[in-house]
Amino acid sequence: MSYQFMSEPADRLYFGPEHTMLRRTVADFVKKEINPNIDQWEQDNTPLHELFKKMGELGLLGIRYDPKYGGQGLDYWFDTVFLEELGHIKAMGVPMAIGVQTHMATPALHDYGSEYLKKTYLKPAIAGEMVAAVAVTEPGAGSDVGALRTRARREGDYYVINGSKTFITNGVQADFVVLLARTSDELGYHSFSLIVVPTDLPGFIVNKKLDKLGMRCSDTAELFFDDLKVPVENLIGKEDEGFIYQMQQFQDERFCALPMSYVAARDMIELTVDYISQRIVFGEPLVKKQVLRHRLVEWLTEIECLKQLTYHIVRMKTNGLDVTREVSMGKLLAGGLARKVADGCLQMFGGMGFMNENIISRYFRDARLLSIGGGADEVMSEVIARLEGF
Amino acid sequence: MEKEWLFDEEHRMFRESVRKWVAAEITPYVNEWEEKGEFPMELYRRAGELGFFGGGIPEAYGGVGGDFRYKVVLSEEVAKCGSGGVGAGLALHEAIALPVVNTFGTEEQKQKYLVPGLRGEKIGALCVTEPNTGSDVGGLQTRAVRDGDEFVVTGSKMFITNGVRADFYIVACKTEREMGHRGISQILVEKGTPGFTVSRKLDKVGWRTSDTAELSFDEARVPASNLLGTENRGFYQIMHGFQTERLIMAVGSVAAAQHCFDITLKYAKEREAFGRPIGSFQVTRHKFADMLTWIEAARRLVYHTVWLLINGLDCAKEIAMCKVYACEKAVQVADMCIQIHGGYGCMMEYAVQRIWRDQRINPIGGGTSEVQKDIIGKLLDL
Repeated sequence: MSYQFMSEPADRLYFGPEHTMLRRTVADFVKKEINPNIDQWEQDNTPLHELFKKMGELGLLGIRYDPKYGGQGLDYWFDTVFLEELGHIKAMGVPMAIGVQTHMATPALHDYGSEYLKKTYLKPAIAGEMVAAVAVTEPGAGSDVGALRTRARREGDYYVINGSKTFITNGVQADFVVLLARTSDELGYHSFSLIVVPTDLPGFIVNKKLDKLGMRCSDTAELFFDDLKVPVENLIGKEDEGFIYQMQQFQDERFCALPMSYVAARDMIELTVDYISQRIVFGEPLVKKQVLRHRLVEWLTEIECLKQLTYHIVRMKTNGLDVTREVSMGKLLAGGLARKVADGCLQMFGGMGFMNENIISRYFRDARLLSIGGGADEVMSEVIARLEGF
Repeated sequence: MEKEWLFDEEHRMFRESVRKWVAAEITPYVNEWEEKGEFPMELYRRAGELGFFGGGIPEAYGGVGGDFRYKVVLSEEVAKCGSGGVGAGLALHEAIALPVVNTFGTEEQKQKYLVPGLRGEKIGALCVTEPNTGSDVGGLQTRAVRDGDEFVVTGSKMFITNGVRADFYIVACKTEREMGHRGISQILVEKGTPGFTVSRKLDKVGWRTSDTAELSFDEARVPASNLLGTENRGFYQIMHGFQTERLIMAVGSVAAAQHCFDITLKYAKEREAFGRPIGSFQVTRHKFADMLTWIEAARRLVYHTVWLLINGLDCAKEIAMCKVYACEKAVQVADMCIQIHGGYGCMMEYAVQRIWRDQRINPIGGGTSEVQKDIIGKLLDL
């Protein structure tokens, strides 16, 4: 019998029976279709086409998206339920891969894409028939998006793309990549465009599959574009406005980290409490040690803070308010918290925590990325500082 | 939509009135009161007169009506005066002593203490802690022995806010000596009762405008009708009261941290070093971002918990979490703000040092952080 926290009566304030139905569906899927395969996927990558096909059939890849393209047309609370349940996946690489499909590569396509683009790419992405990736970071530019060098040059009815992108999640298996490329030499932010790039075009090259410290079940690629010709109708929204779209899309991307972090952190704690309740040291279970108990309680308190900040953001989004400030705060908290809890739980496991057979070691490695990916902690601090006017 | 979903239009109006009052009648005098070591008793009467006391207490007794949110607003706005002692002095009477009478008192007790209390004419003090017993309430030693129609109270109480100037005291006493926490009762003792004396006014690191006393009871006799609530159920009554006390402390801490942040940000924009405002140095910017993130996180947890409370849902665990997180973060924020102020931060003429001194008590008073963490661990069945 494993240690489990009691369900929160408080959640009744935010979620009704319909949310619970979705929660069960996602939870079931995670339990049956994902978690049993995780160890295998950690070794040889998550088969995204197979996984997304199944999720698409259940309607899980377009919770908020327009039903016209196969989405569910549901609100941000359902979206949060979905993300929370993904947090129970026992390797963060999988929820990240799913998040790329649903929250990182497709929001701008959904909000600004033409009818043609939505039918050709969004619809199959929601159905799980196409794998999506988003390509922003380059070898020479990460969080500093303004320094991007990949260029899309207009030639007749085509863009000719040259350059490279790196750390692209789902990049090896993707069927299309939403690419941020320079389309103007003007300084400032109105000189980039978001372009949908099918990966089967000549000139699209997966330079290498990157080997990583954590998130090992997700594929991460370095991409190379060599005179790649893509039709102009693959432009999302207006030319030169891609940076603005990407900044909005980043809010969805960063938001993903919040539910995933507080749910995963709780799972780590449950796992650890289970272990230290049975581990007898000097005649009593380790969980009776006050120092450890207080440490657990501190984390749980911060988890509750992050969860309530998340729900506050959901409420704000539902009411159409700009959430950049709060999402940046949430992302900053989430990364720090997940890393702290993973490290602290590993400590409580002692030597056993250092073994790869124990999944706390995987959490420890996976969580490290949360303070880097989607905008580093330091970038979040800059965003908060700027928005507060200092 | 208003960003703050917790509050309605009437709370916003109430907030506006309190804000004006604080700005006009409190903030300008804070330095003077701090120096003197107390604020004028007139402040209670003004708050009563303006109708600020008694959020969540029926209008029939002179309360505001409504729910706990009025207390939240009052506490948040008073925190902006920059003196924790003023907030403490008002809150210990209004948010901590009076609700006990409102919840557990008889009609007669309510007329005698609650009604004038809400007018700010009679001030109450809650007395639990003793020289040798703090967070461990069950171990208190003050005794109340029944003698005919009277209780005879003997013992002493420590760290009692409003202890010097209060008119009535809600004293936790052992009424069944051998029963531990199941033998405690709350008894009302009025100022002037023979045998009851204020032993001394205590000198403190912070909260300097609020008075804090050690009290002595030497066979002080009070009518048996001064029993507040049920005999031997005092421990549970105290624990009930602790809930809102801890929550209001967390509310005050978040507001104080925000106030501290605001004045420090202003300072950092004006003060120059190496030819530019110190607020423009990246390390300082990130300190501000961290502080703001903690404050926001604390506020979300606190507002969520207030929402649980007013919806009648169990929130014992969340309240303890609020107390730990908000009170500790406020101490950290104040300390970081001193650092940003540099040498000036350590000068008594700067407001930030006072917040730093005032906040230090919050992770201690009302049940230490350590006790809160024990409670959370127990409630989570760890």
